Amino acid sequence: MKLTKEARAGTLESGDVLVIVGPSESLDIRVESPVIRQFGESIRQSVRDVAASLGVTGGAISLEDQGALDCTIRARLTTAIKRSLADE
Amino acid sequence: MTLQTKVVPSLREAILRAGLRDGMTLSFHHHLRDGDNVLNTVLAECSLMGLKDLTVNASAIMGCHRPLLDFIEDGTVTGIECNFMHANVGRSISRGLLKREVIFRSHGGRPAAMERGESPVHAAFIAASAADAAGNCNGKEGIAAFGSIGYAMPDAEHADYVIVLTDHLVEYPLMDASITEDRVDAVVVVDSIGDPKRIMSGTTRVTRDPIGLLIAEQTARAVQASGLLRDGFSFQTGAGGTSLAVASYLGGIMRERGITGRFASGGITGLLVDLMKEGLFETLLDVQCFDREAVESIRENARHGEISASRYASPTARTAVVDHLDVVILGATEIDTDFNVNVHTDSNGVIMGGSGGHSDTAAGAKLSVIVAPLVRARLPLIVDRVGTISTPGEDIDLLVTQYGIACNPKQAELSEKLRYAGLPVFSIHDLKARAESITGRPARIESSGRTVARVISREGDLLDEIRTVMG
Amino acid sequence: MRRSLLFLPGNQPNMLQNGAVLPADALIFDLEDSVSPSEKDAARELVASALRSIDYGSRGLVVRINDIDKPYVKKDLEAVAAAGAMSVMVPKVSGAHTIHHVAVMLDLIEEEYRMEPGRTKIIALIETAAGIEKAFEAAAASPRVEALALGGEDLSADLGCPRTKEGTEIFYSRSRLVVAARAAGIEAIDTPFTDARDEEGCYADTVFARSMGFDAKLSISPHHLRPIHRAFVPTEEAVAFALEVKEAMEIARREGRGAVSLRGKMIDLPVLKQAERTIELARASGMLAAEKEGALL
Repeated sequence: MKLTKEARAGTLESGDVLVIVGPSESLDIRVESPVIRQFGESIRQSVRDVAASLGVTGGAISLEDQGALDCTIRARLTTAIKRSLADE
Repeated sequence: MTLQTKVVPSLREAILRAGLRDGMTLSFHHHLRDGDNVLNTVLAECSLMGLKDLTVNASAIMGCHRPLLDFIEDGTVTGIECNFMHANVGRSISRGLLKREVIFRSHGGRPAAMERGESPVHAAFIAASAADAAGNCNGKEGIAAFGSIGYAMPDAEHADYVIVLTDHLVEYPLMDASITEDRVDAVVVVDSIGDPKRIMSGTTRVTRDPIGLLIAEQTARAVQASGLLRDGFSFQTGAGGTSLAVASYLGGIMRERGITGRFASGGITGLLVDLMKEGLFETLLDVQCFDREAVESIRENARHGEISASRYASPTARTAVVDHLDVVILGATEIDTDFNVNVHTDSNGVIMGGSGGHSDTAAGAKLSVIVAPLVRARLPLIVDRVGTISTPGEDIDLLVTQYGIACNPKQAELSEKLRYAGLPVFSIHDLKARAESITGRPARIESSGRTVARVISREGDLLDEIRTVMG
Repeated sequence: MRRSLLFLPGNQPNMLQNGAVLPADALIFDLEDSVSPSEKDAARELVASALRSIDYGSRGLVVRINDIDKPYVKKDLEAVAAAGAMSVMVPKVSGAHTIHHVAVMLDLIEEEYRMEPGRTKIIALIETAAGIEKAFEAAAASPRVEALALGGEDLSADLGCPRTKEGTEIFYSRSRLVVAARAAGIEAIDTPFTDARDEEGCYADTVFARSMGFDAKLSISPHHLRPIHRAFVPTEEAVAFALEVKEAMEIARREGRGAVSLRGKMIDLPVLKQAERTIELARASGMLAAEKEGALL
């Protein structure tokens, strides 16, 4: 399924990540992170994993990372996607 | 009395009398820390005078020295020698802004290099918060008082021409002079040598961060277990919140056990002053004051002594204070599995610091302890090979993190003592694996490009090179 | 064995990571008071993710869920029980019905996720006047209930009196809660000390709670863990006596005798239990190295 609604989760505090998701035909992933050179690929992989596990095939996913651990990134993205999919 | 006044009417006049020409070296000291006006003011004047290709030899380049970048761009400055460089300037240097390579030394290596003639200084610019017309000066009096002037003492000793800049001219003779008239050529009176509010920048308070406190407590227990914490104990720590917490916990143990230390040295904070006043340390040997309490204490208290950078840490001194040290507590941005420590560059290889007294105290002290969180913003502290070697692993004995302690394998006996005391001792490889189980394994960053800085060991040998980083 | 249970705000990633190294005997991942209504879903996800990924070592793992009148309680339970929380702390317990409500939901969740039935325990947080009156009833309501804990802030508000550092206003409630817990054969956990900066105050408060019979103390600040643990350090004499009792027990067991006597006096079960607890406290306080203990036994 494709995301049709904008939603966000997380914060810009150290150790957290702000995730903003919105509509898109394909899966567009944008990552900003202080550890982009060390963990950029790993972060993108986690985003693809979480999206796949929730059945999301299309959506604009943007992460403003503040050095979050992988478990935090997965939790924040899950929340953002669930919020986007929730009925108002 | 007929006073031989050395007061010259302007900074420019002093520079002219010093005979500064293109390609010469100017020296500065960093006791005014982030409030320093002197380095920027002098370079601005040199730039106006059209001087080119100068080398700046400063004990440290601070965050407030960002205007230095302008003087590099206009060609006034083409060389830098220092013991520390703030990221404000370091970022541009890492991109390759400076033509020549930066020379990084340590606080002890710098005076040693001057002494050996490897680092000649043509004119030393010494900021003094009080001076008389003959050049007797100190950092203890006046509105911009900053305390010890220790790093500038070798400059006064070795420079061809010595200029004192002050905003507080007093009647001859200034009695408690730290640098004396026999070494001074000219005195310049300026409006302000620095902003007193920003001189005492940074944290000089014990941390309230529970992780910092946890590390500090384990460190104090490790020091106790080492057997070095006994009457006559000598100690040095930095001004960071965790380092101060270590001092505070050690003070607690000393109070409880009735132990009196001989001295605490290096950069001095109010906390150490309190420990001395309480009688837990007999004396303080001060090369730099970190806060107002320390400045007041060095002025008022006879047991709080000022020391020069040479006496503090020089490897060519007959003896130096660091050689008498039992324990030093130090930080790290990275440490590798051979215990080499990096305090020069960040995880991306960008310049953001320097040795300061790190390698000097590590070499001198019986027990050198690195305290640092095992993970910072998803980056593991422990790596296969540090980006820059600031202090060789052979001089480091212990690493204390919130996840446990690693002991340098050459210190098998110490490791046993710590285990016996019930402390969580692991191999550094185990701690590295633990960190990576939390963060994931970081991709390796290869540095390439030309050399932008050379790290010189305190003995004067090449320790490592720092290369350009783009972006 | 736990002396300290530290609350971690459920929506703060750094705190959840710090929990892995803080010297608490148990961690309480909070979904209730420290999380704003609009972030309940995010905290639930974050706590579940942390429980699955972060190695908390031997620390007890508790999740404080929202109170049962709130719509999210089922989701809270599902997320955390499945992620491996050992216990849920149920707030505002006002009697057996609160416990039954949660226990039934846990039965279903454990069945659905194929977990061992009854695996997830309950800590009943007593923080109302009604809760105090029904404390024993709640404690005995389900075998899942492993502890009663006191929430002094909400309680004193409910009682209509100011909460003081000395805690005179909650003295009766503390006594009542210890008695109820003991009568039901479960743990009694004391209310948190609320001034994060006053470590000595926390120490004195814990010493007092321990003297009343409490087994552990809630904590809202990492700075309180050390004083709490210090307050639970047993005296050398108590440890020596406890080791003697254990030794007498061992000898009786080896000789196949049912009754245990020490210096001619019979030792009954409560004394033995207390001896075991003292030895555990001594071990947790670092007073007993494993080998030393072995040599003594």
